[in-house]
Amino acid sequence: MNSVGEGCTELKREYDHCFNRWFAEKFLKGDRSGDPCSEMFKKYQQCVQQAIKDKDIPVDGIEFMGPNKEKPES
Amino acid sequence: LNKICYKLRRQAFQRHVLTEDVIHREVTPENKLITRRLLTKTNRLPRWAEKIFPSNLSRSVFIIEDSIVDPKSKTFTTFTWNINHRRLMVRKMFFGMNSETHAWTRVQREAWISFCGIRDYFFFVMIQEFGLARFKSNQAKAMKGLEYTLANLQGIEGPSRTLKDTAKEATEKAKETALAATEKAKNLATAAAPQKSSHFV
Repeated sequence: MNSVGEGCTELKREYDHCFNRWFAEKFLKGDRSGDPCSEMFKKYQQCVQQAIKDKDIPVDGIEFMGPNKEKPES
Repeated sequence: LNKICYKLRRQAFQRHVLTEDVIHREVTPENKLITRRLLTKTNRLPRWAEKIFPSNLSRSVFIIEDSIVDPKSKTFTTFTWNINHRRLMVRKMFFGMNSETHAWTRVQREAWISFCGIRDYFFFVMIQEFGLARFKSNQAKAMKGLEYTLANLQGIEGPSRTLKDTAKEATEKAKETALAATEKAKNLATAAAPQKSSHFV
């Protein structure tokens, strides 16, 4: 799967790979020993957040699980 | 079992997703993993809508997916919504199966959270579609996908009769929902037609 930022896909894949391994081998097993992916995440985020700004994608100010609190339109 | 949840979500989305990005992630003090993803999908309008809406209407649908993984309670909760084109999307249907009892339980129609409980093996398939015809064909696909996935990953013999019966009911309900939403969209379109509708961008 590609990133929304065309130049970010490689960084995204590297991060995803690191994350998936940490997630399965550490996080789900209750191992809280630190995060080996934080540097990769930083690089990836720098790239993708810039792409989001450049493309004017309205992701700011949205509360986590936000619209869940609204009544759904029927 | 996260693999199964992931597979199911991918099946529901897969054909039209263009990009997928994690845009926020952290582990909370309670050791839950919270994630926000941004997805983009192609926006395929039905013909009647293409005639009405301005041609510079964005071709991309942007979707936010927030999720929480709690390894302690063994649950995985996601909530997904569009951040543009909200009024043009048909609402989602949710149904799930308890793999222990093999009983299909209908989730409340208004539920907004798709939930994949690792421990109890509940699967919620979220089908998000634009029109009834596409809903039907994708629902069939998603149902087939669900059966296949369950049979292969869980060693469960396909409870095909139960699935069919409940699928029928789900389709009926979905028809109502889809028709209602399409009617609404049509009304909105009629109302918006005489002016440039800036809020549909």
